[in-house]
Amino acid sequence: MAKKPEGIKDSYDLVVIGAGPGGYVAAIRAAQLGLSVACIDAETDEGGLGGVCLNWGCIPTKALLESAGLARHVKEDAASFGVDITSYSLNFGAAVQRSRKVSERLTKGIKFLFDKNGVTAILGRAKLAGEKKVEVELKSGGKTTIKATNIIIATGSRPKTFPGFEFDGDRVISSREALELKRLPGSIMVAGAGSIGMEFADMFAAFDSKVTIVEALPQILPLEDEEVAGVVGRSFKKRGIAVKAKTKVKSLEKLKTKLKVTIEAPGGDELVECDMLLMAVGRTPNVEDLGLEAAGVKLDENGWIQIDEYNRTSADGIYAIGDVAGPPMLAHKGSHEGAVAAEHITGASTHPVDRNNIPSCTYCHPEVASVGRSEKQAKEDGFDVTVGKFPFSANGRALAAGAPDGLVKIVADAKYGEVLGVHMVGHNVTELIAEVTLGRALETTVEELAGTVHAHPTLAEAVMEAGLATLGRPIHI
Amino acid sequence: MATRIVMSKLSPTMEEGRIIQWVKKEGDPVESGDVVVEVETDKATMEVEAMGSGVLRKILVEENATVPTGTLLAVVAAADEDISSILAEAEAAVPSTDGDGAATTAEPAATEPEPAAATQPVAVSAPEPVVESQHDGGRVKASPLARRIAQDSGVPLQSVQGTGTGGRIIKRDIEAAISGVVAAPVTAAVGPEPPYQRVELTQLRKAIARNLVQSLGPVPHFFLTTEIDMGRALDLRAELNRSLEGSGVKIGVNEILIKTAAQALAEHPNVNAAFAEDHIRRFTRVDVGLAVAVSDGLITPVLRNVGPKGLRQISTEMRGLIERARERKLAPEEYYGATFTISNLGMYGIDEFTAVINPPAATILAVGATVEKPVVIDGSIEIRSRMRVTLSCDHRAVDGAMGAEFLATFREMLENPLRLVL
Repeated sequence: MAKKPEGIKDSYDLVVIGAGPGGYVAAIRAAQLGLSVACIDAETDEGGLGGVCLNWGCIPTKALLESAGLARHVKEDAASFGVDITSYSLNFGAAVQRSRKVSERLTKGIKFLFDKNGVTAILGRAKLAGEKKVEVELKSGGKTTIKATNIIIATGSRPKTFPGFEFDGDRVISSREALELKRLPGSIMVAGAGSIGMEFADMFAAFDSKVTIVEALPQILPLEDEEVAGVVGRSFKKRGIAVKAKTKVKSLEKLKTKLKVTIEAPGGDELVECDMLLMAVGRTPNVEDLGLEAAGVKLDENGWIQIDEYNRTSADGIYAIGDVAGPPMLAHKGSHEGAVAAEHITGASTHPVDRNNIPSCTYCHPEVASVGRSEKQAKEDGFDVTVGKFPFSANGRALAAGAPDGLVKIVADAKYGEVLGVHMVGHNVTELIAEVTLGRALETTVEELAGTVHAHPTLAEAVMEAGLATLGRPIHI
Repeated sequence: MATRIVMSKLSPTMEEGRIIQWVKKEGDPVESGDVVVEVETDKATMEVEAMGSGVLRKILVEENATVPTGTLLAVVAAADEDISSILAEAEAAVPSTDGDGAATTAEPAATEPEPAAATQPVAVSAPEPVVESQHDGGRVKASPLARRIAQDSGVPLQSVQGTGTGGRIIKRDIEAAISGVVAAPVTAAVGPEPPYQRVELTQLRKAIARNLVQSLGPVPHFFLTTEIDMGRALDLRAELNRSLEGSGVKIGVNEILIKTAAQALAEHPNVNAAFAEDHIRRFTRVDVGLAVAVSDGLITPVLRNVGPKGLRQISTEMRGLIERARERKLAPEEYYGATFTISNLGMYGIDEFTAVINPPAATILAVGATVEKPVVIDGSIEIRSRMRVTLSCDHRAVDGAMGAEFLATFREMLENPLRLVL
């Protein structure tokens, strides 16, 4: 065999393909457990060390949304808070630049963590080459083949679109391009009101773009509680965002300076002119050119890699984690699966991934967070359900922050108080969801949520009060 | 990644185990799930599987040695992996060793403690498998939700095997206990607790329990003997077996006794019970154990939920259990937790005897030989097949009249056995 490029060994206990939030966590966890690990990343436009999450997803969007939040405070709140800002201007370019710096800092952090844990980072495109071998087309040139006792596939996903709405990298864009725009669109249509669509709609609106967001399903944030989605919808409309549910993008005409989008709304077709169209209608797994079929790795009927509760694929010694192994496509799901897969490979004590306790967060204003069953699902699952709600308008900390829009809603089992699901909307609720997620993992009942001292004044008191409300005895409402 | 093979607690009562045979030798490749060693517990022979793959690098306990549960038996690791720290840790944990290579307890030698100076393969104390930890030290690890459901449904947490992290009892474990099915635990199973209804102790009952223990020992026994006319039961058995000829199934007297006991217990549920210190467990299902002599002792395979089962099914299942009992292949859940037990020494020509109760049950029925003897019936002497049985009762749970009423029903059913085949 040809000599390996420097720093790459002939064989590893574990080769992880993809260095996103699933892959890098799996690699580090396996290295902690004593395995020799290589983590290969193709470092394309879509990724690099840290994957979509750190480069073109979670982190840069949050950075931009912080800029948006500050802009909103300046525009809406500053004067009433006693800060008169006589003159300000919004600099979208600076916001984008800042978001890139945040990304960069974190992706460098991955390299540091790999070095610290002895994980070999390899840049190049990897492919399964049969019998526990991985072939890598190195970014630095040439090919090499690495033996791997175990393999974890963590190649992630990429934005998808509809026929007739192909990405052109300029005016018909995905979230990827939206994070690196050179200019702010005067008007933009966002197709798809899931987490990604809602966050971008909020961000562009804060920078004074004229925003229209359309959603084919009857409700924006279709996976969230109806009441929660209602709070967000009203807030968006108040800020001048056109929100259209039960509406589909139908056709697109590209004029020289404008786009003409025909949308199919309940009241009939409408024509909307805009500068840009952001397609946020879902993501598709990166399963191509990986040699999956030859390696015996099967896909499920929806095209995701088929896995079991420890993320084992149909091929012996090959695991798949994160987006490529199916929804929910969330970084923290991928990371958790990565850790479980690494532990399972080494025989360390682990537990199957509990797919019913994965929290979901949307960082638009107001924020949305949820975990577990909706009221409807809980009833369908045969529970005798009791629901406790507490509005932020009755929470001191929320009022002090000028953020009365929001609520915490707990869906509990009436008999034993099991916390079946929690749905939140409002200021900083993405930080509040951790309490109830831990609670659910420990099988905490509403009695403990309600009976635990919560510091005052905090937003978390709303969780305690919602717990009390399920027991029919909230104090502050 | 090195994995340890440890003497796990394979049954609720197991404190030590003996290595029967190493199936794999040092240097053998081992796949996760391979049987590595056969271990004899207090009740059965069990196969211990590797939890990880690699090479069987080191065997620490020789064949025939008996070691306490928790002892590290062997290390599986990659061929070139450094396992010196595990071995050092193991040696350091040994206060002393005895000469024949089988360390027994962790009691330090009074005179010359020789830490880490072992020349023979030695057994060491390693951490208990996590699953077992829940019953140690009196604290039961259980989730708040599991506690609430358990309290509501009367399931004692102590009887439930936890399958959560670190052996914590979680909702699914309680639900499994309620439905009578034990959730698959991470490692070895212990016996399931039959479902029951909790009956709180009255002050009188507590006083009775206290007094009887003081006078008679941990389980205060009393005995009830009766003689049963077996003529019709034997006729029925002969007739059933004629009709089953060629089917491979044969109904024995024990199967008829098991069925009769289940039916009689259904009429006297207060006898299908156990005394549990602060309450009485009234089992809501009849699980009958049958004492079976094996080469070096006695084991009672348990036939679960006898109530709805017919004689034919009882016969088939019991024969399978007995066969495996004799081969010492019973799993703990197959011999633990009978709600009623039958011990039959009739085949040895014993006319009558008393049996010792096997906790947690409150009763055991000792069955003597069926013999032809003269009996006075309606003023004249007849030759009849008669069988003497003695019911041992735990007086804390079962009083004399309760036991007597049950035994009377048992006798009447056997003397009029057609009900059994309905």
